[in-house]
Amino acid sequence: MIKLSRRDFVAAAAAGLAAPMLMSVPARAATAAKVVVIGGGFGGASIARYLRRNAPDLSVTLVERDKQFTTCPFSNGVIGGLWSIADVTFTYDGIAAAGVTVVHDTATTIDADRKTVALAGGTVLDYDYLVVSPGIQFVWDSIEGYSAEAADIMPHAWQAGPQTTLLRNQLEAMDDGGLVVIGVPAVPFRCPPGPYERATLIANYLTQAKPKSKIMILDANESFAKQPLFEEAWKNLYPGMVEWIPGSQSGIVMSVDTATMTVSTSFDDYQPAVANIIPAQRAGKIAIDAGLDAGQGFCSINPATFESTVHKGIYVLGDATIAGAMPKSGFSANNQAKACGAAILADIAGTEFTPAKLINVCYSFAKADYAFEVVDVFEVAGDTINLVFDDNRFTPVGASDEVHQTEAKYAHSWYENITAEMFG
Amino acid sequence: MRIALIALIFMAPPSLAALPASAQETSPGGQLAQACTSCHGLQGRSIGAVPSLAGRPEADLVALLKTFRDAPNEATIMNRIARGYTDDEIAALAAYFSAMSPTP
Repeated sequence: MIKLSRRDFVAAAAAGLAAPMLMSVPARAATAAKVVVIGGGFGGASIARYLRRNAPDLSVTLVERDKQFTTCPFSNGVIGGLWSIADVTFTYDGIAAAGVTVVHDTATTIDADRKTVALAGGTVLDYDYLVVSPGIQFVWDSIEGYSAEAADIMPHAWQAGPQTTLLRNQLEAMDDGGLVVIGVPAVPFRCPPGPYERATLIANYLTQAKPKSKIMILDANESFAKQPLFEEAWKNLYPGMVEWIPGSQSGIVMSVDTATMTVSTSFDDYQPAVANIIPAQRAGKIAIDAGLDAGQGFCSINPATFESTVHKGIYVLGDATIAGAMPKSGFSANNQAKACGAAILADIAGTEFTPAKLINVCYSFAKADYAFEVVDVFEVAGDTINLVFDDNRFTPVGASDEVHQTEAKYAHSWYENITAEMFG
Repeated sequence: MRIALIALIFMAPPSLAALPASAQETSPGGQLAQACTSCHGLQGRSIGAVPSLAGRPEADLVALLKTFRDAPNEATIMNRIARGYTDDEIAALAAYFSAMSPTP
């Protein structure tokens, strides 16, 4: 038994009286537990903040390579010229101010037996709970001729930041009458409606600035998210500008040649002025290197707690997971993070964790004051996550201008609130 | 230092001290509410066009959610979402948000 000094005793009494809401988590256990979070995107930022809000004595370390985070949500608005990259870029100052230890480094090795994470800079962090939220990495060889270097000429812009700016700059430099190709991989990929929102917002820009131009979506899939709503917007707002070619009609991008600016499908070669090539994806490198995907490309998790089915004490969030009906979206990652955070706090406290329903809402813009959305409510069902209802999940086709305007306002409000929760 | 610490004991932030168990983010209602706050703002305090929920009367929130749920063909997002929640869940959500302070 450690003897408390009078000063410590008074301080402890002050802490106890000042913060009765913490008492559900035993102070000693919470103080002793160390949580390490890898990746400062929607999943990692959300859980770091959640844990510090609900257990201020907990040690939370966030390992993030970059000093700034550019959100993929709303980055299509940068590509379409609706707002700037600065509007969708955040620092980690708010997270550090909330008492999270932010380490700008790259996690290179997870030792699940010793419960340590080694960083590229040489630091080794030990943990009681590890949260892995690394997002995606690209499967470069899914398209012949495509690579990280090729992406400097044919950007994917599927990890927001310099790639987003590059694609925007290419569109601005393009002559009127140019062809823009968007290559879409087979599902699953990050942000299922994203390629189609991108085509729509590029159409919005080109209609105003370069109206003789065309956009062609070369799609490995046979249908896509919110398809009737996108097709309605293309027909009404940008007639004749967007052409969608599904996989069965030679839509699958097989190879690219950046030297000749050629994009090839099974039967056709295109020479676009701007080529936005989105390759296939899998869980971020650290998750794959740690074997958390068990060879599947994405990581199986306990659908209630998001604990890895491969390693106990390691939790996986966001795009890197296989999460039943939950799409790979920032909203999903944020909701998963708060469920996982509650599960970790319950585990520390030695109490039972009961999962609650989760939500995903994805807004897509067709122009500045025109948006539509899909809503999903989820519940844990056995070893997976199911939709609570499968009907009437979308903004109706044929909705009024007023509805689309309201949804655009709500989309902005969602973005302001969720980014404030993470980075504010 | 000692005076300051003793002063702290008697000046515990009332917003924290006054919170009932149901107002914790880890309570059943608080856990459910984490899905709502992604749009409605942390602890139901929205900084945008989506309405704030913090501190609104519990009975009003229950009535509103049930009204949304009972009119599923209206073209607003809440008419769609509300169908995912039972009466008990609506009650827990209303209890949580009504217990939140409208100001941080």
